Amino acid sequence: MPQPITATNDFVVKFANVNGSGSASANGLFAKSILRMGVPIASRNIFPSNIQGLPTWFEVRVCEAGHMGRRGGVDMMVAMNPQTWDRDVAEIEPGGYLFYDSTRPMPKSKFRDDITVIGCPLTEITNNAYSDPRQRQLFKNIVYLGALSALLDMDVEAVKACIAAQFKGKEKLVPANFAALEMGRDWAQQNLSCPIGLQLKRADAVGDRIFVDGNQAAALGAVYGGATVCAWYPITPSTSLAEAFEKHCGRLRKDPGTGAKRYGIVQAEDELASIGMVIGAGWNGARAFTATSGPGVSLMQEFLGLAYFAEIPAVLFDVQRAGPSTGMPTRTQQSDLLSAAYASHGDTKHVMLLPEDPAECFTFGADAFDLADRLQTPVFVMLDLDIGMNDWLCEPFKWDPNRKMDRGKVLTAADLDMVAGFGRYRDVDGDGIPYRTWPGTHPEKGAFFTRGTSRDREARYTEDGGPYVDNMQRLLRKFHTARSLVPRPIAMPAKDKARDGVIFYGSTSAAMREALAALEAQGIHLDAMRIRAFPFHDDVAAFIAAHDRVFVVEQNRDAQLRTLLVNEEEIDPAKLVPVLHYDGTPITARFIQSAIADRAAAANVLPFRKATP
Amino acid sequence: MSYLPKPKLHHPKLPTNAIGLTRRDYEGAISTLCAGCGHDSISAAIIQACFNLAIPPHRVAKLSGIGCSSKTPTYFLGAAHGFNSVHGRMPSVLTGAYLANRELIYLGVSGDGDSASIGFGQFAHSIRRGVNMTYIVENNGVYGLTKGQFSATSDLGSVAKKGTVNTDQPIDLAAIAVQLGATFVARSFSGDKDQLVPLIEAALLHEGAAFLDVISPCVAFNNHPGSTKSYDYVREHNDALNRLDIMLPRQEITASYAPGEMTEVMQHDGSVLRLRKMHADHDPTDRASAMHQIMDRKAAGEILTGLIFVDPNPTALHENLGTVPAPLNALGDAELCPGAEALERVNASLR
Repeated sequence: MPQPITATNDFVVKFANVNGSGSASANGLFAKSILRMGVPIASRNIFPSNIQGLPTWFEVRVCEAGHMGRRGGVDMMVAMNPQTWDRDVAEIEPGGYLFYDSTRPMPKSKFRDDITVIGCPLTEITNNAYSDPRQRQLFKNIVYLGALSALLDMDVEAVKACIAAQFKGKEKLVPANFAALEMGRDWAQQNLSCPIGLQLKRADAVGDRIFVDGNQAAALGAVYGGATVCAWYPITPSTSLAEAFEKHCGRLRKDPGTGAKRYGIVQAEDELASIGMVIGAGWNGARAFTATSGPGVSLMQEFLGLAYFAEIPAVLFDVQRAGPSTGMPTRTQQSDLLSAAYASHGDTKHVMLLPEDPAECFTFGADAFDLADRLQTPVFVMLDLDIGMNDWLCEPFKWDPNRKMDRGKVLTAADLDMVAGFGRYRDVDGDGIPYRTWPGTHPEKGAFFTRGTSRDREARYTEDGGPYVDNMQRLLRKFHTARSLVPRPIAMPAKDKARDGVIFYGSTSAAMREALAALEAQGIHLDAMRIRAFPFHDDVAAFIAAHDRVFVVEQNRDAQLRTLLVNEEEIDPAKLVPVLHYDGTPITARFIQSAIADRAAAANVLPFRKATP
Repeated sequence: MSYLPKPKLHHPKLPTNAIGLTRRDYEGAISTLCAGCGHDSISAAIIQACFNLAIPPHRVAKLSGIGCSSKTPTYFLGAAHGFNSVHGRMPSVLTGAYLANRELIYLGVSGDGDSASIGFGQFAHSIRRGVNMTYIVENNGVYGLTKGQFSATSDLGSVAKKGTVNTDQPIDLAAIAVQLGATFVARSFSGDKDQLVPLIEAALLHEGAAFLDVISPCVAFNNHPGSTKSYDYVREHNDALNRLDIMLPRQEITASYAPGEMTEVMQHDGSVLRLRKMHADHDPTDRASAMHQIMDRKAAGEILTGLIFVDPNPTALHENLGTVPAPLNALGDAELCPGAEALERVNASLR
C-alpha cells in the first residue's frame, strides 16, 4: 500500500450522491465552512438532467494557493451512492481515502488495497436517532458532514456559523442540525483515527473575494447595465440566469414608493418568441436580453439575422452546454462559438464577450448593453455551464459610481429639429454606425421603416445591387469598429523569452493559469493571451505573429476559436495547435499541462537537449 | 414594393380632425399590391379609423410579419415607425415593443399564412398574454406572394386557381382568439367599409388584446368561383352579427335606434360601443355565446361578421406584470442602476 496522502489545505474531496436526497445543502455547507476558515476552494456540481434518483457529484478542491480550475484526480471520495460505487472507488488517487456508509457490510472485493477505507454507519446512526424517514435522509447528510469535520480537522465553529447562516429566518431548525453535526463528529472522534492525512487549517487566503455562480453574476450585471426587458424560455444551464434577474430586480429595481416594477420579465412560449421580444423591445428603446443555451441559439438564427441586418440592439446570454442536439444538457462545453459568431443565413457576424469567471460575468453582463446600444447589433455573452452554474471564488463585483449608460447614437425630438436631415442607414461618422430614432419620438421627423429586406441609406426598400453592397460594406466597417470597443485581450508574458504562445478564453482560464505555472516549473515557457471578445482586437494577430507556434486551448471538439482566428485574422492554420477537451467535464490543469508538455517535448527535442548540457 | 414618394400637396379645404390633421396626414407610400386587392381597402379603413379618432400618427407603432398583408404598413401612417419583421413572428416583436413603451398604440398587421400557419403559436401566445394591441389578420385564404398555395384558413373543399381541392380543415382565427381569451374579437370583410372602420376604431380604443379577422379577397389567386374567400362568395354568405357605432368620451350621443335592437358597451377608456344587433340572442360580452354564434353560422355555411366578443374591462400585460406607469424605455440611470453601495451589500452577502 502506498503512503496515505498527506496534505494541508491542498486536496480534492468528491461527494458521490443521489440527486433529490438533500445532499446539495450539506455539501454546500462543507464548501462554505472551508471558505469561512479562510481557505480558498473551487467547487463543482456534476449533475444529471433529472430531478430525483440519478447520480450526482460535488467536487471540492481545497487550494490555499488559490487555483480555481479543476485539478483532476480525487484524494477523498465520500461515496454515498451505491449505483456509482465502482467508478467512484476507482477514481481515488493511490494513497487516497474512501469514506462510506458502513451500515451494511460490503464484500472485500468492493474496495482497493491502495487506499484508506473509512467506514461510518450513517444509516444506523440516523435510524437510531430519528423515526421520520425524511429526517433520516436529510440528517444523514449532516451526520456525514460532522464526521468529515472531525476527519479533516475542520474548525467546528466555522461549520456551525455556516449552518446558522443557512437557516437564517428559520432559526428553529438550527439546534437540530447542530445536534446531527455533533452526532457525526462524536462518532468519528470516538471510533475513527482523527484527523487523517488530509487536513484543514485556518488561513487568511480568501481575502475579500466573493463566492457566487456566473448566472447570478451575469443577471446582476444585467440589472446594473440597465436591462428592463427580459424574455426567456427555460433551458438548462441558463434558467437560473433569468430567475436570478427576477430575484435581483425584486430587491433592487422596484419603485420604492409604489412597489411597481421597473422591469418586465416574460417567460415566452419558445426561444423564437424570446428573441423576437428582445428585438421588439430593443427597437423601441428598452435594454432587453434573453438567456439561453445552444439549442436556443439554433432556434433564434433567423431573428438574429434580422437584428444584425436591421441593426437592433439585443443581448443574449448563452450558457453553453455539451452539444450537438440535446447532447449532454447538464455538462459543460465551449461549443457554441461558431453558431453564435456567425448566427443566421447570409453574411453575418456577431459580437461575443467571453467572461472567465463570475466577476467578469457581472462586468460583461453590464457592458454588453452599452455595446449593443453603441453598435446597434446583437451581443452575445458566452458563459458555459461550469461558470454559470457553479459557485466560484472570485473578485468582488465593482461598479464605478459615475458610470452612465451609453445609449449610443439615438436622436431625440430636439436632435431631429436641429439636424439637417435624417437617414437611418447613413454612415455620418465613418465608423459604420448609423443614427437611429425610437418610435414615437417626433410628429413629423425621424420615422422610418425597419425591415429585414434590403434598403438604401434612407431606409427605403430596394433590391438594387449598389445600395445593397454599400450597406453590407458599412456593416463590415461597423464590425471593425467593434474591435476597439470590446474588452481587450490580456497578455501574460512568460518569465523567460518564449518562442511558443498559448491562447485561451472563458472558463478554461483558471485551469490554464495553473497549467502555465506547472509548465514553467517543467521548463516549458509560454507567453499566454486570454481572449475576451470577438471580433478580435489587433493585439491578437500581433501576439500570434510574434510566436512560432500558438496553442489554442478550448473545450470543444472542433477547435472553434481556432477556426475563428484562422478565418477572421487569416492565420496559417499550421501555426495554431489545438488543445481540446470536450468530454463535458470542466477542463483541468493536469490535462492542459500534459497535452502541451507532450507536444512541446515532441517538437522541441533539440532546444531541450541544448538547454541540458 | 419600390418606394414611391407621394406628392405632399393638400387640397386646402380637406376636412381636418380634432388635432388639425387631414386624412392625407394618415396616408403612407403608394401601394404596390395588385389592383383591387382587399388589403388596400383595409389600409384605407385603418387610415380612416385613425383619422376619425384623431390619433397622432407618430404615436402608433405598426408591426407586421412577412407576406402581402405584412407589406401594407408601408401604405398607411407614413409618420409612424414601422417594423416589417420575420415571417410569423410579428406578435413577439410587437410584445417586446409594447413591453418597452406602454404609451404607444400598437397595430399588428398579419396574414393568414403569417398567423394561422408559421406564426400560429406566436398569434396564440400574444393573445393569451393580453398584449395591448390591435391585431389585424388580412385573411385571403391563400399564399399570395408565393403565388396561390392554400393557407391554413382555406375552407374545406375550396378550390385553388389551378384546380386543387383543399382537404384540410380550416383554422378559424376568430374562434380561436375567443377561446384564447382575447378581450376583443371581431370579423369583417374588406369590401364592407361601413362595418370595418368602426370595428378598427373600437379595437384601437380597446385597452387589451384586440383581434380582427378581416376577410380580404386575393384578386390574383383566390377570387375565382371555387374560392370561399372571393368577393362574390363573401358578399353572398356574409351574416352580420351587428353594426357598430363608436361614441368617444365626452361626445354627445345623438344617434337613436329603436329599443330592443341596440346594445351599448362602455369600454375602459370611456368610449361607448353602440351595437345594432342583428342576432337578437347574442350578448357580445358573453364569451360562450360568442363561440356558439361562430360555430352556429359556420354550420349554416355563413361567414359571421361584426363584433363577436368584447370584455369592456380588460387587463393588459403591463398590469399583469405590475410594471411602473412610465414607459420602461424612458427610465434613466437613477431609476435603473442600484449603485455602488447596493453592490457592496450584495458582495457582503456573498462572502
